[in-house]
Amino acid sequence: MSKIASAFANGKAFIPFITCGDPDLETTAACVREMVRNGADLIELGIPFSDPTAEGPVIQGANLRALSGGVTTDRIFSMVRDLREDISIPMVFMTYANVVFSYGSERFLSSCAQVGIDGLILPDLPFEEKEEFLPICRKYGVDLISLIAPTSAGRIARIAREAEGFIYLVSSLGVTGMRSEITTDLASIVKVIRENTDVPCAIGFGISTPEQARTMAGYADGAIVGSAIIRLIAQYRRQAPAKVGEFVKSLKDAL
Amino acid sequence: MTNSKGRFGIYGGQYIPETLMNAVIELETAYEHYKNDEQFQTELSALFNEYAGRPSRLYYAEKMTKNLGGAKIYLKREDLNHTGAHKINNVLGQALLAKKMGKTRLIAETGAGQHGVATATAAALMGMECVVFMGEEDTKRQALNVYRMRLLGAEVIPVKTGTATLKDAVSEAMREWTSRIDDTHYCLGSVMGPHPFPTIVRDFQAVISREIKEQMLAKEGRLPDAVLACVGGGSNAIGSFYHFIPDKSVRLIGCEAAGRGIDTFETAATMNTGRVGIFHGMKSYFCQDEYGQIAPVYSISAGLDYPGVGPEHAWLHDTGRAEYVPVTDEEAVCAFEYLAKTEGIIPAIESAHAVAHALKIAPEMEKERIIVITVSGRGDKDCAAIARYRGEEIYE
Repeated sequence: MSKIASAFANGKAFIPFITCGDPDLETTAACVREMVRNGADLIELGIPFSDPTAEGPVIQGANLRALSGGVTTDRIFSMVRDLREDISIPMVFMTYANVVFSYGSERFLSSCAQVGIDGLILPDLPFEEKEEFLPICRKYGVDLISLIAPTSAGRIARIAREAEGFIYLVSSLGVTGMRSEITTDLASIVKVIRENTDVPCAIGFGISTPEQARTMAGYADGAIVGSAIIRLIAQYRRQAPAKVGEFVKSLKDAL
Repeated sequence: MTNSKGRFGIYGGQYIPETLMNAVIELETAYEHYKNDEQFQTELSALFNEYAGRPSRLYYAEKMTKNLGGAKIYLKREDLNHTGAHKINNVLGQALLAKKMGKTRLIAETGAGQHGVATATAAALMGMECVVFMGEEDTKRQALNVYRMRLLGAEVIPVKTGTATLKDAVSEAMREWTSRIDDTHYCLGSVMGPHPFPTIVRDFQAVISREIKEQMLAKEGRLPDAVLACVGGGSNAIGSFYHFIPDKSVRLIGCEAAGRGIDTFETAATMNTGRVGIFHGMKSYFCQDEYGQIAPVYSISAGLDYPGVGPEHAWLHDTGRAEYVPVTDEEAVCAFEYLAKTEGIIPAIESAHAVAHALKIAPEMEKERIIVITVSGRGDKDCAAIARYRGEEIYE
């Protein structure tokens, strides 16, 4: 069984997202430790990309700040290696296909395995293209996470049957970012997922309050929150870790 | 087993968010149906001929030929099309397809503004809503085209993210498409992006090489020795090359924007300075750093200022079927001025990149040789910028 499954073993999972290197890697590492201390079950670490086409303005800003600050894929691997000395919950990378491909897919995934990364989320890699990275992910024991969207009609069963780690269910149309309302019929999507796999399912995109997190996690096995955390980091910069910890606690407690 | 589609060798594919997958599958299914539909083809031909003014002329540039003293030079006059560029060919095809699919709204990215103007034009003609994404930097470089799009009833959204140029306009149009799919068709302007766009756009632009071939056989009774076209994403180039790909005697030469030179960072010559990557839905060549971050590219030409190139070009490059040469800003500006003074034709600064390479190779070729340069667009839009490049402070 995948190590990621352990994140879903004790009730609903809370999954925070953070862009590595915004404003610097020391702050990122401190935020991760605060998130773990305050109940996060799995950490999603974003490797910044110059042109993050699936992101809304908040995470776009974080990517830009991180890259301007000089963060690189190598420096992020080092940070994860350090974090792994005291953090045991599953951690996954979220980035774009070119970051992996350009680094050398084999070299990237063997480094993931070495530093203790458990999964990989690539929002620009749909089911049809997963052969690009799947065989190498398998070789190094890194789960390639599948995404399912509100527009996935007719594709859900096929994606779910081959899913590993967890399924990332995109709550609504559009890019990442906070939304006042989520109107997708998530229950019927989750129903099809359940009929086809035992792999857990977490919902993300647009979740920013404890109430939304509770509602979303109610449909599935967990909730993913990104932009709302990034906004705190943008506001408090190097003083962000404590604020992020408090916020994560409020979200986890709500589940 | 998965099933990757739309490959040219290893290039192409569909590297896009899951949210868009059913939309591109729907588009592919519709296209596969309509491309063989007689009614659709009849309607499209009528639009090409009656509305866009096709076929475009294949003009023998006699003065230029004599002046250079080498190969015989023909100009494929895509600049004479309605809206002033080859972009209308693709747009009329996609707009008609979108209409058949029941879409009521077109979105598009634009660099120089030519594709935006063409999309706004087709939307006006077909009674569709239109939103155009344009890098804020480009809205300044091409203010007249912004006004033109608004005049045609389109909404122009300046994109402020990243380098505020063409690549950011593409990213923003993709983001917009993920948020509104039901009634919206993304009218992509070049032979790039996820499958089926590189194929659809190529097929609609292939009218250029089909006409060149017919016209050349009628005028000269033989095929040309070389076909030259500028390459940004590569739509006028693939259109100019396509029907000559099986004719191995015809050299196919794509002219890339080298900006201030391929040994500087201020360049957009993807094939000459980039390497293989995955971006904007496709595997192809991209200008990027060692970590795969897309490079901020530069060219005097807003239409060639793009860090990638269409996947079919990447394949033509690797197989050696086509050559891709760099042309600097300075060379392009000289060619812009040369064609104006020699033939009385002001080419788009994009097309001037192809003219510039012809100025280099034509004198070296024998008089019996024939080259065709595709003048992809007209240069009225560029006059103020070129004047400023030459130190004259004029404004539109």
